[in-house]
Amino acid sequence: MTARLRMALFLSSMAVVAAFTGWGAAQLPGFGRYPGPYGDVIDRVGVQQRRATDLVSAVNVDYRAIDTLGEEFILFTAATGVIVLLRAMRDERRRPDEEADPGRERPGTTDLIRAAGLPLATGIGLLGVYVLSHGQLTPGGGFQGGVVVACSPVVVFLAGERITVRRLPPTSALEVAETIGAGGFIAVGLAGLLAGAAFLQNIAPLGSTGSLDSSGTIAIINVVVSVEVAAAFLLIISEFLEQALIVRPTGGRGGG
Amino acid sequence: MGETSGLQVVVYVLIAAAGTAVVLSRELVKVAMMLSFLGLVLAVAFLTFQAPDVSLSEIAVGSLALPLLILLAVSKTRSRQG
Amino acid sequence: MSYLPYAVAIWLLVVGLYGVISSRNLIHMVVCLGVVQSSTYMLLLGVGYRFGAGAPIYYDVPLRTPAVDPVVQALCLTDVVVEATVMAVLLALCVQAHKRFGSLDPERLRPLKG
Repeated sequence: MTARLRMALFLSSMAVVAAFTGWGAAQLPGFGRYPGPYGDVIDRVGVQQRRATDLVSAVNVDYRAIDTLGEEFILFTAATGVIVLLRAMRDERRRPDEEADPGRERPGTTDLIRAAGLPLATGIGLLGVYVLSHGQLTPGGGFQGGVVVACSPVVVFLAGERITVRRLPPTSALEVAETIGAGGFIAVGLAGLLAGAAFLQNIAPLGSTGSLDSSGTIAIINVVVSVEVAAAFLLIISEFLEQALIVRPTGGRGGG
Repeated sequence: MGETSGLQVVVYVLIAAAGTAVVLSRELVKVAMMLSFLGLVLAVAFLTFQAPDVSLSEIAVGSLALPLLILLAVSKTRSRQG
Repeated sequence: MSYLPYAVAIWLLVVGLYGVISSRNLIHMVVCLGVVQSSTYMLLLGVGYRFGAGAPIYYDVPLRTPAVDPVVQALCLTDVVVEATVMAVLLALCVQAHKRFGSLDPERLRPLKG
């Protein structure tokens, strides 16, 4: 199939798809005129029922917790997939650190970068912990807090003296952390079953609205999810860094 | 009932332009930078949709983690070609 | 003007798919898939918006202020983070394809053997 034929097929079918999607979008009630009942129901009822003021987190982790469980396992599986795909293949060897690639310079970092890196990393880490622990009160939660916390070791790595992967946390600890995160979610759900309610029901004491320990299992699941997300992101980034900087093929295929 | 504000219109047009720029760029480093810009504009758009949680996620992921991964993949594949 | 976000979502879908079809580099193709995913966020969040309403966070506003829909925001939230990891898997596949075939051009990839 030549490129021209493919492009002609694509353009004609895309015109049809765009026409139908546009027709469907025109039947929607118009931008800004949201009619539906479910959002209004949760807005009215959510704060009293769950004592949580951030209703997006409450929907994510309490009302629709099964969907979040599925999404977290997509994350887990994707991190596992990256690890499996990027472990050194049989015909590659690990290049020792001292052997320098002649075409590539390894710049050392200056004192300024190192001095700026430490407060930046601590600031980012603290911000991440704040975001994840206040998930039920203000915008935040497990997913956002986990991603922000995962950026902090990367800043430490970037400000380090030699570009070596060994400054990042060791892989086995990250894998254990990721498993704790994924298993913790299921454990909270099973605790609901053991207490006689439904799976992932909010059974912990609800506390008073606006305080840090309110809304029961929402706070617990936020912490657990953030551990998992941070570990997954750090695993993925460290696998890519290891591939880009350390692993070298033996003998070049196709020059090089 | 209100109207779509001027800021919203500008942001949506910027999103369409950024998406087109990502697709039409041919060098990979430029693609990564354009993707980072698209993530930033999307985060502003999510703020105009009154969605601060989604905007937080999009800033952290779309402007930071994704371009980082793309640049690492590019550096790995480029290094083999000598 | 009242259908502009939906139009932008459809435009991003079309442009992203055009990028996937006409791309000559696997990594560029993966990025265009990310653009297609952004179109779904625009559509979902555009559906839930209401003029003059605030965010569904009641930390410091009285309880009956009108707010936008929190359910679609919850959907988009997890979707954003999961998108990054799925694209990481795709990029890992690109790196492996490059190791195996020596080029990132989709025209020059052959089916895996052995």
